[in-house]
Amino acid sequence: MSDAVPGFRVRRAGPLALLQDAGRFGVRRLGVTQGGPADLHAWAWANRLVGNGWGTTALEVTFGGLALEAARDLTLAVCGGDLGATLDDAPLPLWRGLRVRAGQVVTFRQPVAGLRAYLAVAGGFRADPVLGSTACVVREGLGGHDGHGQPLTEGDRLDTSAAAQDERSEAAPAEVRPDYAAVPHLALLPGAQIGEFDGLSLYRAFNTAWRVDDRADRMGVRLTGPRLHCRLETLVSEGLGLGAVQVPPDGQPIALLNDRQTIGGYPRLGALTPLACARLAQCLPGQEVRLTAVAAERALAEHRRFLAAVR
Amino acid sequence: MRAMRLPRLESAGLDGWLVRLFEEIDEANMPWITALVRDCEAAFGEALVDLVPSYTTLLVVFDPLALSPGEAHRRLAGVVASLRPDEAAEGAPLRELPTWYDPSVGPELARLAERSGLSVEEVVERHSEATYRVFALGFAPGFAFMGSVEERLACPRLETPRKRVPAGSVGIAGRQTAAYPMASPGGWNLIGRTAAVLFDRDREGFSLLQVGDRVRFVPVTRDEFARLGGDITAMEDKR
Repeated sequence: MSDAVPGFRVRRAGPLALLQDAGRFGVRRLGVTQGGPADLHAWAWANRLVGNGWGTTALEVTFGGLALEAARDLTLAVCGGDLGATLDDAPLPLWRGLRVRAGQVVTFRQPVAGLRAYLAVAGGFRADPVLGSTACVVREGLGGHDGHGQPLTEGDRLDTSAAAQDERSEAAPAEVRPDYAAVPHLALLPGAQIGEFDGLSLYRAFNTAWRVDDRADRMGVRLTGPRLHCRLETLVSEGLGLGAVQVPPDGQPIALLNDRQTIGGYPRLGALTPLACARLAQCLPGQEVRLTAVAAERALAEHRRFLAAVR
Repeated sequence: MRAMRLPRLESAGLDGWLVRLFEEIDEANMPWITALVRDCEAAFGEALVDLVPSYTTLLVVFDPLALSPGEAHRRLAGVVASLRPDEAAEGAPLRELPTWYDPSVGPELARLAERSGLSVEEVVERHSEATYRVFALGFAPGFAFMGSVEERLACPRLETPRKRVPAGSVGIAGRQTAAYPMASPGGWNLIGRTAAVLFDRDREGFSLLQVGDRVRFVPVTRDEFARLGGDITAMEDKR
């Protein structure tokens, strides 16, 4: 923390703005969740565009309502959802590096397309790691700018690296910028219990216009549609990976995201890929999504292409 | 359900395999699970991202840049083929949790006594005489699911969970027992409160209890509980 200097003052706090590094790893056996950016794709690109290495702490802004005043000249990039961001009164360009002067105000208003935006500054935000990570998990009271899992509130100071703020104006290639208004086809790797669902349920799982329910947060996203039937009702609780799609007895799938509980006992269709989780995390309640079965080889190749581009 | 052969490796996404060793919850599973944890740490080294041991399974999360799922599968198959139960499990750490059993902090003591036909004193005696095994951690950091509580003390979860269960609360659900590391919502039948600090971000290892540990609840008086730093505030029973 010796290179930390004030970067922003929070002038207005929205419903949920959290610092996130790549996540908290190696402690899941203690019941500690993964945390980290709900949209890994946008978080990684924001860091990449300001020259930060993988895992640098950036700010995840959910929904909007946040205003940050720059405490000094900064180089930053905002990627992810269009939350009507402005720099002073002008629209703030997304998916590109830009220069902000001391005293200027970055404001996130409300979702235009997508749900979460990621703000990265050159050198990264600075916060004391807790259990090896700055990832902010409100439910566990771990990480974030104060170390105790608190979302940003009005008057908070955000520290950033004292690293040189190089001029950067690189933009992300157009093909990596998702169209958040389009219906996402979420890649799902079939899991071990998929054979326990009946044939009609399997057909429906992959041929339904699922709706994102309003019960959606960083723990998981519930999808509503036809009821899926599984011969197994519950299992002995076991470890849950990112993106696990569990189906409770009500037949409505829940895709588990970064802040999911570490173990659980519902049968699963399988697991969404990390990039599918990222895309789902940008969906607003009521939005339509599709599930698409994918082979592990293809999903892995896509994931590696993504990592190669941003690392 | 189809008959399935165990052990089995099941896909758990792009970066994970679930090793299924057993079907049923049993204390005898745990020396195998803890041995599997140890052997996976050795076999995966730096490529290991996380391990999540539970009652019958181990989730192994690896770095998909370091290992392909196929290579991870081959390594796991090798580990499983040569797996031997952890002999140290009989001598697994024994953790003692000083516990104040009292209706003011354990509002379901009376319910358990009534259901079991025992006196409150007998419920306390039986719960604290047994040595339990940690089967899994989950629900919250440091929350250890332990078993097994004798059949007579078994009791289903509350129909309506409490909005706030104080830190340290000791409870029973089904044939399992646990203590809440921090205040949280919860539906377990509360019978007392421990002064033990179950999760501490500043302590080496963070969690007092680990999967495979043996645990005893040691009854203490109100004064002793307070002296150990326990919170004697009576429960506000909001649901």
